[in-house]
Amino acid sequence: MTPLLELRNLKKHFTIAKNKTLHAVDGVNLEIFPNEILGLVGESGCGKSTLGRTLAGLYEKTAGEVFYRGQKLPQKYRVSDFVHLSREIQMIFQDPYSSLNPRMTVREIIAEGPRLAGMWKSTEVTTKVKEWLERVGLAADHASRYPHEFSGGQRQRLGIARALAMEPKFVICDEPISALDVSIQAQIINLLAELKGKFGLTLLFIAHDLSMVRYVSNRMAVMYLGSIVELGESDDVFFSPKHPYTQLLVGSNPEPDPIKEKNRPYVDLHGEIPTPVNLGVACRFAGRCPKVGDRCRTETPLLRPVGKNHFVACHFVE
Amino acid sequence: MSSLLSIRGLKVEFSTYGGTVQAVRGVDLEVHKGKTLAIVGESGCGKSVTVQSILGLIPSPPGRIVSGSALFNGTEMIGKPVNELNKIRGKHIGMIFQDPMTSLNPTMKVGDQIMETLLIHGRYSKSEARARAIKLLEDVHISEAKNRVDHYPFQFSGGMRQRVMIAMAIACEPELLIADEPTTALDVTIQSQILHLLRELQIKNKMGLVIITHDLGVVARMADNVAVMYAGQVVEHGTAEEVFYKSLHPYTLGLKQALPSPAMERSQLIPIEGAPPDLFSPPRGCGFYARCKQAMTICSDNNPREFYEGSHMGRCWLHHPQAKGVEV
Repeated sequence: MTPLLELRNLKKHFTIAKNKTLHAVDGVNLEIFPNEILGLVGESGCGKSTLGRTLAGLYEKTAGEVFYRGQKLPQKYRVSDFVHLSREIQMIFQDPYSSLNPRMTVREIIAEGPRLAGMWKSTEVTTKVKEWLERVGLAADHASRYPHEFSGGQRQRLGIARALAMEPKFVICDEPISALDVSIQAQIINLLAELKGKFGLTLLFIAHDLSMVRYVSNRMAVMYLGSIVELGESDDVFFSPKHPYTQLLVGSNPEPDPIKEKNRPYVDLHGEIPTPVNLGVACRFAGRCPKVGDRCRTETPLLRPVGKNHFVACHFVE
Repeated sequence: MSSLLSIRGLKVEFSTYGGTVQAVRGVDLEVHKGKTLAIVGESGCGKSVTVQSILGLIPSPPGRIVSGSALFNGTEMIGKPVNELNKIRGKHIGMIFQDPMTSLNPTMKVGDQIMETLLIHGRYSKSEARARAIKLLEDVHISEAKNRVDHYPFQFSGGMRQRVMIAMAIACEPELLIADEPTTALDVTIQSQILHLLRELQIKNKMGLVIITHDLGVVARMADNVAVMYAGQVVEHGTAEEVFYKSLHPYTLGLKQALPSPAMERSQLIPIEGAPPDLFSPPRGCGFYARCKQAMTICSDNNPREFYEGSHMGRCWLHHPQAKGVEV
């Protein structure tokens, strides 16, 4: 199958001071296939949101290439690129409070993109906005309200409507549920799944909640300090993780089961997640890895196949 | 078992421009020595307000404790004058606040912030307090504590700031530690470290622990007892095993079904439809009525009383002898 999106050695670095470079995304190779949900997990600061934003064109790429349907995407987006690519690639943001303009009505928020792209005539805006509000489970008469009149879950529905009104093929969901209460999270997940099926979407689902990512996605990529350390079918990565970091993540993931949790062995891991500044040639996890060896400090491990559709970047995994 | 903290009939209101919010509507809770109580619930259910009111941390106005009592080691905390509260807060009761980014003073070195507690409550000289601050930072696994003690909060990562907060809260070896969402801002590996640390401290000092959280995974790992709050009331209360495996309240069941199961088989997520009620004008009947799949006629107008199975409480009419039981 030809991938919908292909990332080749994608890098996004930020210069934070003289001679100090933050390697937020550092050489990511990834293929995303049509109609799949690819989950991207990792802890804060690992570069997963930067990766998503770079794919959406919100950041200029430092190096590497991204191909969308075989077409190379521009290194830096110009206004005309946004106009044309926003109909293909859209993003749903983490924070439903800061990602909606408080001075725009719901109608303006949802209609802005399609109007700019010339998709909706001014006479059909009212009907179209109404349709989208109903699709995401809001009422048609909400169109004249402002974002502050909605709860967090409702705002996230607005964010979804705004993104999908552009009729994109590929949607980047950057932690779309982490700001919401448990009882509301499931509502949003079910809504995303329903709309994905209806419009044949491909999703990149970025989150730090392992159980949820495993539930939502077909494949799962684990990111640590700017690079992908494990990639495979969600169940394979979740139930038989190969990379020591993934093992640690899965081992620390609390599950709602008291008997299981109270018998869970505590894995003592020393150290903090380092900041990816001025990375040298070494495994990025070497400082915290229980299985670290000499080779890890002198050679960066690359992703290599360890099973069917299962890839791990570790020197020691068979 | 001796009760360390006992809350009875607590009611708290806030006056706002939009009217009066009945944030806590009659809460009873019990914390025992050396045990952990987890208070679970979604944002706005009153879980933070409940613990803040026993420490006199409700700003008044707009807040007002309408009624209720909170006995800590037998002494009444509600209505205690500030100078007396100050002898208890920080010394006998420690509190870890939710947001480590905003709860530390950005203009003070972390060592000085820890020492402040020790100098006010303890019989420490300045140099002893400093040595103790370094020891505390080591206890919370902050490396190079000797240098770190002179750093400012901005020089620490989120996880480390949270540990500094814990060091402050346990500085005087409190008998009761209240942790309001202690790990919400943290990553899972760091969360594991912090939870483990709290457990160690609890065992060492026979400390009572109250954890406020909405993460059922954290509850499962830490709690001896669980109180589930909804719309300003405790709707279910029991041991962790009772609440997780034999839930008495439809809301608790709903929460569990809304989470992805870590089992191999993927079951459909069942969301709780709707949103919590507006506490400006709380419903006359059960707070969960509008979202409950098993709601009956009686639920709309009559707030359920507490029904018990042993010490396991569920505030739901389904447990009335004339109703059928909750089907789990």
